[in-house]
Amino acid sequence: MRMHAVRAGAITQMSGHTMQDVNAILERGLAALQAVADQVELEQIKAKYLGKSGELTEQLKLLGKLPPEEKRTVGAIINQAKQQFEAALNAKREQLASALLARQLAAEALDVTLPGRGIATGGLHPVTLTQQRIEGLFRSLGFAVADGPEIETDFHNFEALNIPKDHPARAMQDTFYVENGDVLRTHTSPIQIRYMLNHAAPIKIIAPGRVYRVDSDATHSPMFHQMEGLWVDEGVSFADLKAVIVDFLRQFFERDDLQVRFRPSFFPFTEPSAEIDVLGARGWLEVGGCGMVHPNVLNNVGIDSEQYTGFAFGIGLDRFAMLYYGVNDLRQFFENDLAFLGQFR
Amino acid sequence: MKFSEQWLRSLVNPSLDSEQLAHLLTMAGLEVEEMESAAPAFSAVVVAEVLSVTRHENADRLNVCQVNVGAAEPLQIVCGAPNVAPGLKVPCARVGAELPGDFRIRQAKVRGVESSGMLCSAKELGLAEESNGLLVLPADAPVGSALRDYLQLDDQLLTLKLTPNRADCLSLKGLAREVAALTGAEYRPVSIAALAPVVDDKLNVAIDAADACPRYCGRVVRNVNYAAPTPEWMVRRLERSGIRSISALVDITNYVLLEQGQPLHAFDLAKLSGTVRARFAAPQECLTLLNDKTVELTGDMLVIADDNGPLALAGIMGGAASAVSETTRDVFLESAYFAPEAIAGKSRRLGFGSDSSYRFERGVDYAATRDALERATELVIEICGGLPGPVSEALASLPQRTPVDLRVSRLERVIGVKFEAARVLAMLQSLGMHCVPNGDTITVTPPSYRFDIAIEVDLIEEIARLFGYDNVPVRAPQARGQMLPIGGQHKPLAGLMQLLVARDYQQVINYAFVDTAWETGLLGNTDPVRLQNPIASQMSVMRSSLIGGLLANLQHNLNRRHERVRLFETGRVFSKAGQGFDQPEKIAGLAFGPANPEQWGVAPRRVDFFDVKADVEALLGAAPARFARFEHPALHPGRAASVELGGRIVGLVGELHPRWVQQYDLPAAPVVFELDLAAISATRLPQAASLSRFQPVRRDIAVLVDESIAVQTLLDSLNSEKASIISRIDVFDLYRGKGIDNDKKSLAFRIVLQDIQKTLTDDEVEAAVSHLVTVLDQRHGAKLRI
Repeated sequence: MRMHAVRAGAITQMSGHTMQDVNAILERGLAALQAVADQVELEQIKAKYLGKSGELTEQLKLLGKLPPEEKRTVGAIINQAKQQFEAALNAKREQLASALLARQLAAEALDVTLPGRGIATGGLHPVTLTQQRIEGLFRSLGFAVADGPEIETDFHNFEALNIPKDHPARAMQDTFYVENGDVLRTHTSPIQIRYMLNHAAPIKIIAPGRVYRVDSDATHSPMFHQMEGLWVDEGVSFADLKAVIVDFLRQFFERDDLQVRFRPSFFPFTEPSAEIDVLGARGWLEVGGCGMVHPNVLNNVGIDSEQYTGFAFGIGLDRFAMLYYGVNDLRQFFENDLAFLGQFR
Repeated sequence: MKFSEQWLRSLVNPSLDSEQLAHLLTMAGLEVEEMESAAPAFSAVVVAEVLSVTRHENADRLNVCQVNVGAAEPLQIVCGAPNVAPGLKVPCARVGAELPGDFRIRQAKVRGVESSGMLCSAKELGLAEESNGLLVLPADAPVGSALRDYLQLDDQLLTLKLTPNRADCLSLKGLAREVAALTGAEYRPVSIAALAPVVDDKLNVAIDAADACPRYCGRVVRNVNYAAPTPEWMVRRLERSGIRSISALVDITNYVLLEQGQPLHAFDLAKLSGTVRARFAAPQECLTLLNDKTVELTGDMLVIADDNGPLALAGIMGGAASAVSETTRDVFLESAYFAPEAIAGKSRRLGFGSDSSYRFERGVDYAATRDALERATELVIEICGGLPGPVSEALASLPQRTPVDLRVSRLERVIGVKFEAARVLAMLQSLGMHCVPNGDTITVTPPSYRFDIAIEVDLIEEIARLFGYDNVPVRAPQARGQMLPIGGQHKPLAGLMQLLVARDYQQVINYAFVDTAWETGLLGNTDPVRLQNPIASQMSVMRSSLIGGLLANLQHNLNRRHERVRLFETGRVFSKAGQGFDQPEKIAGLAFGPANPEQWGVAPRRVDFFDVKADVEALLGAAPARFARFEHPALHPGRAASVELGGRIVGLVGELHPRWVQQYDLPAAPVVFELDLAAISATRLPQAASLSRFQPVRRDIAVLVDESIAVQTLLDSLNSEKASIISRIDVFDLYRGKGIDNDKKSLAFRIVLQDIQKTLTDDEVEAAVSHLVTVLDQRHGAKLRI
């Protein structure tokens, strides 16, 4: 702290003494302040200089003895010294307070690298994540999500889909039968039958769900997930089908340049029918089936197949999850090992 | 179906290489599943004749051979094969030859003797997995000719994955027809002429089941040589189609099946007596088939029978007793048309099928029955000799191909491409369709071999296929925009799942079929929904609860050293309901192990009933659910509750019964819950009420009450008796132990009072609270603790 020399005017000897005293007191006081270590000391110093009988206060008391013409000058000088001391005092007080706070904060500091406390979070199954993602894509195009029972009648699972009894196409899907002759649905297609029986055209749905076939190895599971799509309206054509599927696949795999191929095939419930292939690193890969809804199917559910046309498609959700997440063995999806499932968060 | 590319090219030879041909077929709906070379690459291997063989002077096992490779001078070659002998025709790799496995033949000295090449086994040429000595070629193999040409090894084997509608492509003839239509290349069919009978012998044939067998042809061939060898070219074509050569007669029937698509059968004439007829089996008839299986025939099975009984299961398999064998001298060749409806489903029922049944149930050309018989006879006589008799034929009414109208304008509506009528006409005609154009409509009569053209869309598919799916534009659909509804009074499943995820549950997905023991034991379900054909006995019934699967998942993860397991699943469960089934969706969870993950600063404790109950309450949200003690075979009787909504039980929560903890060998009891998804998804639309501007007042009361009295009972009394100024009553403390009798507990209730119109006075508050204290005392003997 820099000391300000007290300005002297034309003054008497007595007042000269006083001024010397004031300067000396101030000098000592400021030095004492500088040495203060805590609040208690600070208050003691304050009392010593500014208290009722403090040294600077005493100087003020002496003013009365001075001639009136010097009173003003000397008084101003003392007040100036007092103010200077108070300013230093306040600065010191603030310094002490912030030092105290700093010590407190330092004492309260945590190891912020310790892990957070409480419960963790779980996760959804990768097939569910895939399903939700695909549902989101199709909802954005106005497709509603439909559902249906898993024990199905022969009518809904086969007959209405243009697959009569003993048709060779039934051998394409090895069926689980329950005791009364109903079946575990072999595909999600019966959902479209139920939906079309209960809703008038136009119809625009997807139908995800579990399906069952008598098959079990590294690439087949007796239970797996499919998703059916159906769009029936006036003027829906194979060109629309291609556009929707290509759009979907490119959005799903997040690749604008994904090559998609439609290969003629046969399904009893669509005609023309196609397998959907995408070009992967190791050649064409089949990812689903599709086609124009067979007029017999539309007629079976009371939709005029002359007025309306439509397309349907089916994909394997597990397969899409495998491709998306790089899972190699389908069976891992149903072993429900936490180490495996925990990866999809 | 598997076939040799060279065989196909003998009938139609488009200017495409093998890859292009395979692509063409695949993109026409005849998927090429696999294409493999008939032999791996090798060069400079020729047909050679061994002229002389002398023992190597310095090696016991080696011979020094003089070999004629068609050059001016014979070659000296050292050979170690045990079967080398003078006069044999064998493959010889000449100096400079490259064999499979990067093996190059050089001029060499073998134990001091010059050797200028190598005589080869089938294995060394990559033609077989194993071989025992040199590959011996037929005696008439031309010396010096390239082995690849002689054995036609530059061939591709194509395997087609044909869809059930394309039965017409289950033969080389059909494939050639299709390739011709697709490429415009000329189809050169095998020429077939009717053979004049040389002997008069014939069997009477008859049809007793006209719909199932509208045409039956047969012919006697006498004096055949059963032991005649099958020619190399036929063996090769059969092998490349995946069919092993058996005997010339059998090979010929197989060959004609592949070439013409018509299944045939050869009977030993000596084993037949009387009239050969196609009829349905009579009750109690039995037949032992060529695969040694004896079948009990049923009335819907079509058989070929003679006067003594069934000879063959028509269209599926011949009988063992009437089959040709080494003793056969005279044969009866059968070529018939069996209707798909008569054959379909039988092989599935029997558990086996054949190349024959595979074709008949999909549809065999009924106009080519006789041609195939003529073709087979011709080959029999060429290969086995013999004297053909006249053809016997029984004929009922054959199927008729009904004309189908195709509207050219309809093509655009379905395919999305505008077509010219002339182009459509040309496409249809290339497929062998008979067409009569009339303005926008073309009346199309499909050929006898197409069983898949019955309505207009069948023709639309053909046009789309020939046009090429690749050529159909990708055109973003134009549709009326319409929003999808989002019901405000329904909690979406995704939200409920996310809530459980946020509460540290991991979703699992289990099979819906489970062990019967789970159902009967764990769930007390004595009549679960059974599968007729489970893949395994522990997956034989449909689950009626998701809890069993969660317990299995717990065990699985405990075995993998997970100490804390928290799982949930959503899915349908199944039970019988009258004639049908109940299949509601459930959401279920399981929590096991520490309540919190092991961590610093938190005292470990096991997850308990009330932790999981809080999870259930979170799922229920604002729904006014009630919990009550509940008995369930899976759950600890003192630690299980039902969840009631609107007076109906919609779920349960509880600790696993100690019996199951022991049985599943669990280190402690997990807590499980299961809720009916539909019930908990329904929610009311919240209605906002105006808030009070006045300060709420809180009063706490603590009472001593009998241990046996449930908190819910006290809350029910409090809520039914509370003054209107009381806005909430909650339990906030429970105390047992020091200072309290053993059969008592201390319960503390927080009572919040608030008036909408004024600040409450002390008197009003005291009156409302003391009334509740009185109620608890009078109804439940609860004493206020001071």
